[in-house]
Amino acid sequence: MSYFSDIYNGIKTLLTGMSVTGGYFIRAPKGSITQQYPDNRDTLKMLDRFRGEVVMPHNDNNEHYCTGCQSCEIACPNGSIEIVWDRQVDPETGKKKKMIDKHIYHLSMCTMCGLCIEACPTDAIVWAQNYENSVYDRSLLTKVLNQPGSKVKAGIEE
Amino acid sequence: MNIPLNIVRTVHDWIFSVMPEGLATFTEWILIAALYLALFAVVGLYLVLLERKVAAWFQLRLGPNRVGPWGIFQTMADALKLVSKEIYNPARVDKFLFKFAPYLVIVASLIAMSVFPFSKQFQAFDINIGVFFLFAVSSIGVIGVLLGGWASNNKFALIGAMRSGLQTISYELSVGLSILTMVLLTGTLQLSEIIEVQRTGGWLILQGHVPAIIAFMIFMIAGTAETNRAPFDLVEAESELGAGFHTEYSGMQFAYFFLAEFINMFIIASIAVVLFFGGWLSPFGITEGITWFPESLWFLVKVLLIIFLMMWFRWTFPRLRVDQLLTLEWKYLLPINLVNLVIMAIVIWLNWTI
Repeated sequence: MSYFSDIYNGIKTLLTGMSVTGGYFIRAPKGSITQQYPDNRDTLKMLDRFRGEVVMPHNDNNEHYCTGCQSCEIACPNGSIEIVWDRQVDPETGKKKKMIDKHIYHLSMCTMCGLCIEACPTDAIVWAQNYENSVYDRSLLTKVLNQPGSKVKAGIEE
Repeated sequence: MNIPLNIVRTVHDWIFSVMPEGLATFTEWILIAALYLALFAVVGLYLVLLERKVAAWFQLRLGPNRVGPWGIFQTMADALKLVSKEIYNPARVDKFLFKFAPYLVIVASLIAMSVFPFSKQFQAFDINIGVFFLFAVSSIGVIGVLLGGWASNNKFALIGAMRSGLQTISYELSVGLSILTMVLLTGTLQLSEIIEVQRTGGWLILQGHVPAIIAFMIFMIAGTAETNRAPFDLVEAESELGAGFHTEYSGMQFAYFFLAEFINMFIIASIAVVLFFGGWLSPFGITEGITWFPESLWFLVKVLLIIFLMMWFRWTFPRLRVDQLLTLEWKYLLPINLVNLVIMAIVIWLNWTI
């Protein structure tokens, strides 16, 4: 007699589905997830996990955490990251040490895969949540992530 | 007295005073046809807008809200765009049938509209086989769909059209039998008399209680299938067939197919309202004594509620496969319907109606 129980279960599950969507319908005027983007660009805040572009945070003393290990450059599947580095004498210890000169990031080639950020041992690069990345000149998309005159924070290698 | 009716009487008298009788009758035909065409266009456009808004709310979106306040001119703008688009014929189509198909679809919908009693006086064509006529005419549309799919010279369009034929052949049966169940209760096929039956005895869904409710459920399922809407939209099935039978159509020809779908939805909802929910009669007769109250408002409110139910189906249920479609019809709806017809007959025989 599965024929009649099939009919009963069919109607029951259909009504369950309709109650779910009906609940959404009633909540829609308040709980709408649509962002009316150009109108609310002043208040629009992106989610934490949104991948806008790769940035390198600096602290108040203009220090970053990048040791120049090049893990990100190796991890990047399409060569969006280039690191220009040399060995300089560390003024504190007097030893020669690898230091970055420029951390070059090509936003135009980046696929936002996030492998560089996973590879970074010191969390020197993170995702930013900005989303208005269009420019009129493609050379503006090649960015130097470390600020001019910045240096690596002391003791980050340990 | 009813104000719109007075205006109509005045126009009627004026036309007959300035013209000979034959010409005046002909002019009135033209005027009524134009009125129905206007109604058709407005209903079609605003049902499209309603569908988009309701769909948006079911999915926690906002829906169209840019063209005019709350987007009320959105579909007008869409229609203007479609009017201005080129009507394109693909290579090696059957030219005549390709151009003929959209008109067949839309004319079938339009003829079906003419028999509905929107209020006591507002009915273009009150024939004594109203239900039968409605049922016959509303199935002509599928020929247009079949022709459109066949003439397009496109395999997706052909598959879509054939599925439409299959679906209509199957589900027409359920629509017919569920209507027959209700006709058994009313004892007449004339739409205005069906409503008169409900004025004294209450709405038919109450009069017929259990078998009427079963008939209503079957009618809604089969009616949704008749209009080729989700969950029975195998005809269009965007994920499988492009756009189904109207893949090759563009511009206004496409718009005719698109509008006809919404008009068909209106027709199915209207049949449901007339047969189950008392047509233009007010619930519990609350506006019975008020003569100036436009009774067609009740009709429209009920139709919109049924249409909302069909939209609710569309945005809740997944599309059926072809074999599931046929299983549902031939193994479930048809036997239930036949048994339901017998139950209804017994109910009437033993006078168990409320």
